[in-house]
Amino acid sequence: MNWLLDLTPDEWNAVRLSIKVATVAMIASLPPGILLALLLARGRFWGKTLLNGLVHLPLILPPVVTGYLLLLSFGRRGPAGVFLAEHFGIVFSFRWTGAALACGVMGFPLMVRAIRLSIEAVDRRIEAAAGTLGANPLWVFVTITLPLILPGLIAGAILSFAKAMGEFGATITFVSNIPNETQTLPSAIYTFTQVPGGDEGALRLTLISIVISMVALVASEVLARRVGRRMDIE
Amino acid sequence: MTLSVDIRHRFGDFAVEARFESAGRLTALFGPSGSGKSTLINLIAGLLRPDKGRIAVDGRVLVDTEARIFVRMHKRRIGMVFQDARLFPHISVAGNLRYGRWFTPSSERYAKMDAVVDLLGISHLLDRRPAKLSGGEKQRVAIGRALLASPKLLLMDEPLASLDEARKAEILPYIERLRDETKIPVVYVSHSVAEVARLASDVVVLAQGKVAAAGPTEAIMQRLDLLPAEERGEGGAVLDTKVLRHDEAFGMTVLGSPAGEIRVPKLAMAAGAPVRIRIRARDVMIATERPAGLSALNILAGTITAVRPGIGPTVEIAIDCNGAIVLARITEQSKHTLRLALGQQVFAVIKTVSFDNATTGAGLPAEADG
Repeated sequence: MNWLLDLTPDEWNAVRLSIKVATVAMIASLPPGILLALLLARGRFWGKTLLNGLVHLPLILPPVVTGYLLLLSFGRRGPAGVFLAEHFGIVFSFRWTGAALACGVMGFPLMVRAIRLSIEAVDRRIEAAAGTLGANPLWVFVTITLPLILPGLIAGAILSFAKAMGEFGATITFVSNIPNETQTLPSAIYTFTQVPGGDEGALRLTLISIVISMVALVASEVLARRVGRRMDIE
Repeated sequence: MTLSVDIRHRFGDFAVEARFESAGRLTALFGPSGSGKSTLINLIAGLLRPDKGRIAVDGRVLVDTEARIFVRMHKRRIGMVFQDARLFPHISVAGNLRYGRWFTPSSERYAKMDAVVDLLGISHLLDRRPAKLSGGEKQRVAIGRALLASPKLLLMDEPLASLDEARKAEILPYIERLRDETKIPVVYVSHSVAEVARLASDVVVLAQGKVAAAGPTEAIMQRLDLLPAEERGEGGAVLDTKVLRHDEAFGMTVLGSPAGEIRVPKLAMAAGAPVRIRIRARDVMIATERPAGLSALNILAGTITAVRPGIGPTVEIAIDCNGAIVLARITEQSKHTLRLALGQQVFAVIKTVSFDNATTGAGLPAEADG
């Protein structure tokens, strides 16, 4: 156990950074994820298939391609990057925020899929009943739909978190591999494997990343079961 | 309250074209399945938007396609009880009941939690989850939930159709109580003669998307030809009576009506209580002289006011018994043998045992509030 926890400062930073990046990526993806899932589950509009394809793109493209596309659009000279830097002071390139963006984008299709499925399973007649009781569509969503899709939300969030913990290709392409700034667990493991005598560090970080992923998975299972039991839908 | 509806709506190759007005305490939309009653009630609730037409409640226009008015359902303040209770599965019974209050302006909240819970006998269910309730309990909670939103009009879409007979008998008294003790006008969709005869003050009969007849329940129920084929056996006169006294020795209740005393199996009601009974036309025999040596206990004297052809080899005969109309369905042969004719003095004979819970109403079960 001592051997496992006896990390160098750089290794600790990689662990902390990974958890921070994955958490921010997950939380920031939730609102747009819910919105898009709602649109895809309920909306009827021209170009829905196209939108669905776009959302799923990061799942099928090589991660390096996604990372490069992010670099082109959100990089220092990319149009979106310039716009956000000038108007909001948000800079992505070679910062941990860029790693979070890359991880969020890569996990987005998984999150949207999980939420969309749970929205499609909601009985719309129950929502109509809330409408006859005086709730406007927004209140119906907040008080009825949202609680009913909570298990799906949790599943989607955990998938996104797990994906972010493991994301490598898009992150390293977009924001490189800078210790203390963009070096997440996978990047750190990769770095260890590239230097002589780095095997021990690589193994340590590998074990830590397994533990974090398992904890997240078990936590989501427990949470989903508790929510499910509370609702007790026939 | 006056509800006025005049709409045209198409869905696929089915069209509803209905026009009626009603000011009743409980107006039944009555007809076989596929007659357009549910479409009509969904239009009134605002769950559907009509192709054309106008709907107004007490002068407040909810839909007017010509004036481009469409009040959205959450602004209508019209309560709705669905066939499947549609309780919110993630909230307790108490939470379900309170839901509509949040969206009712406080100046318009007339429904009181305690009163509604008492009215429906659901005080012991408040902490439970909807999944733990029986079908009848769910439906009572759904009625309470709609009432507690303090609606201006309550719509009930076949609220008993998915329940078995025992559960129906459990809920009917509560709906009667709701009709008599609250001031909320009710529109009640049903295909059952028993429910309509027992509950409704007014009936709108629908057939193939059109209004076939509309009027007070007693008058509409006389028209056996309006009933759907499978319900025709249930058709008959509807009489409003009063409990005169109970005959404890023989387990009977004596009801007073303009036609005279009517003996029915004992009812759990106090003397003086109003009881609406339905006398199935097929249960009524006709005698040309006052019969003697007969087991049937109810013999009502009257005059034949109408003779109408029935289905198959039957005729339907209306007998005016001192102002109360009793219907009898007899065979063509009996009519011929007895030489029955308009204006003739006859006796209507009804066995006491032909009355049952479905025709007299069982009253509230004694342990209702337990």
